[in-house]
Amino acid sequence: MDFEDTPEEVEFRAEVRDFLDANAERKAPGASFAIPYGGDGLVTAAKEWQAKKAAAGFSGITQPKEYGGRGGTVIEQVIYNQEESDYVTPIGIYEIGLGMCIPTMLAYATEEQKQRFAPPAFRGEEIWCQLFSEPQAGSDLANLRLRSERDGDDWILNGQKIWTSGAHFSDFGVIVTRSDPEQAKHKGLTYFFIDMKSPGIECRRIHQISGTSNFNEVFFTDVRVPDSQRLGAVGDGWRVSLTTLMNERLAIGERPPPGYEEAMALAKQIELENGPAIEDGGVRDKIADWYVNARGVTLARYRSMTALSRGQDPGPENSIGKALTGKMRQDIAAFGMDLMDQSGVISDPELATMRGMFQDALLAGPGGRIAGGSDEILRNIIAERVLGLPPDIRVDKGIPFNELAKKERG
Amino acid sequence: MNFDFSEEQNLLREQARRFLAENAEGKARGIIEGDALFDRDLWRGMADLGWMGTVIPEEYGGIGLSHEDLCVIAEEIGRSIAPTPFSSSVYLATEALLLAASDEQKEDFLPRIASGDTIGCFAHNEGTRKPEPGSIATIYTDGKLTGEKKPVADGDVADFAVVLAKTPDGEPVLTLALLDNVASETLETIDPSRSHARLRFDGTPAALIGNIGNGWTLSERLLDRAAILFAFEQLGGAHRCLDMAVDYAKERYAFGRPIGSFQAIKHKLADVFIATELARSHAYYGAWTLTTDAPDLPVAAAAARVAASRAYYLAASENIQTHGGMGFTWELDCHLYYRRAKLLNLALGGERRWKHKLVSRLENRNVAA
Repeated sequence: MDFEDTPEEVEFRAEVRDFLDANAERKAPGASFAIPYGGDGLVTAAKEWQAKKAAAGFSGITQPKEYGGRGGTVIEQVIYNQEESDYVTPIGIYEIGLGMCIPTMLAYATEEQKQRFAPPAFRGEEIWCQLFSEPQAGSDLANLRLRSERDGDDWILNGQKIWTSGAHFSDFGVIVTRSDPEQAKHKGLTYFFIDMKSPGIECRRIHQISGTSNFNEVFFTDVRVPDSQRLGAVGDGWRVSLTTLMNERLAIGERPPPGYEEAMALAKQIELENGPAIEDGGVRDKIADWYVNARGVTLARYRSMTALSRGQDPGPENSIGKALTGKMRQDIAAFGMDLMDQSGVISDPELATMRGMFQDALLAGPGGRIAGGSDEILRNIIAERVLGLPPDIRVDKGIPFNELAKKERG
Repeated sequence: MNFDFSEEQNLLREQARRFLAENAEGKARGIIEGDALFDRDLWRGMADLGWMGTVIPEEYGGIGLSHEDLCVIAEEIGRSIAPTPFSSSVYLATEALLLAASDEQKEDFLPRIASGDTIGCFAHNEGTRKPEPGSIATIYTDGKLTGEKKPVADGDVADFAVVLAKTPDGEPVLTLALLDNVASETLETIDPSRSHARLRFDGTPAALIGNIGNGWTLSERLLDRAAILFAFEQLGGAHRCLDMAVDYAKERYAFGRPIGSFQAIKHKLADVFIATELARSHAYYGAWTLTTDAPDLPVAAAAARVAASRAYYLAASENIQTHGGMGFTWELDCHLYYRRAKLLNLALGGERRWKHKLVSRLENRNVAA
């Protein structure tokens, strides 16, 4: 084992630091980017930041040079992420596109399409979204209904997607559709990439618990997509979707605050019956647990990166981070507010302790346990794919999709 | 960055696993049900493989491998719940000598430890006391120890003990005493496959390890280093419990299907898996800090200790739960792991204490940064 940088890595880290020092502000404890996720102006700020990153060679670090990436190593990506997390930078706009959509494009698109779409995406000029979930297809994604029908050299799409992050500011998207309802549910799916400005696409933003609106409902009415934009074979959409989802766990960036550091910072400024909260046994017990979880997830990720850098598959073991951290953030938010006593109800950033970070996280927190694989689905994945436990009894197995759909409608 | 064991270390792991599968299987039960305090045949076999001398330099009769190699062996020992004084003699007594003993002391003891002929232990507990230097009651004066230590893991099988004591002036010291003429009494504990004793020192001759006054600091450093090695034993045990539970959940049918197909079982075992993966990640990082003596060792050790303690207890208790009524029987091995899990959680101080240390160290790190 070796946690020290190699001479090349030392050089790379110095290069990253020089870039960050010149272009971003170092993070004060507990600080995050001035514009929250879903806030106005974030897209513009993120585009500017992404352009700078790309110009300096830090976008798509592990992706091939010929498509606008850096052609670097997984470890370089880790180093970059470590360093950037010490600075305030806009997050939440490019993770899905560059982490999930573009890797799928690079795996399935034609050479010409890769040349056309990957470089502008890495430069941040074009933003991508992922159109998977539907009102009837969340955890059970293969239950999706959005219809694609062949029409000459085109396909016609009709139906609805939901929970699509950033659809309203995205230029392109990847989408999985139902091309043959007479097949069983995992068959008969076909995958495309689409221009989000195509006629017949309508985005409606969803107003969330947290007050922000970064998710959308996306409606498709006779949307025409050329067959040349199909990724993978007709009927092979499930397999292509898995490629996208495989990249998901690696695409997830730094955990949003508050984490154990913020919990510690808060505990130092709150006075309890017997002195500062940080000296309270109950508080220390929780902080220790949160540190062990957060640091453990980071270290587990390093193990995955080591496996990846050796050309091994990191596997679904990667799910552990997502399975833990959503709930943990929610717990930290709730516990932090409890330390504030009744004042914990105040969310006004001008008045609230630590600018309302804990209150924001309480309201945004539930989303983290649902989006991108719910806590429960992740545990199913771990149990079945890692531990090899038998699958649940499937009442939908082998049944043509249109018959299933009839049953569900009742 | 390279965050995995090497090919050679993986070969060492395979060799260790094979040896223990052949030689340690059923041995913990044998100790619990019999009169012996540990399994001497197994101990001899481990000595023949050179395990006791893993990190002892060749000049002192060891094989001079790294702590990472020792971690690999520790995980396998934990997996097999081998009933031997390995942790006391190797993670504690040997580490204490390597940390602070004089050359003469090393020459005297290390070759005998490496060969397995001499067994050491660490006597620091004195019952339930405030964990601070002021509460040490064992006195070291004029080269002699007086006081009572309990519980001392392997105190009844060891040939010598590293003893935490203080001078009449209250200066903490670490000392080394032969146990030939020390009264020892085996204690009844939750896990007799790892023997514990009460030792009564009554003017027992002892030699200093390190200097007068630094005994507590040395002891804390020793506990940190041992915590990482113990974390690997705990990890091995936790993983074994998970394997047992998964195997059973695949075979046991209820309501016409394997119980492992129910989400109630799946989610429980997924949580155990998550806990073991966290423990593994912390343990690996700890192994690296131990091998390189990195400045982050105290934080890494406390975190590894907490993660491993959590994982083993969770895995062992949920293993019984997954096995249902059968898990509660004497006949199945589930309880052997459950006992060992709690025993190892308390060795070197309980989980609460390590959480307290962890947060203190995080506070100091933030101040220093």
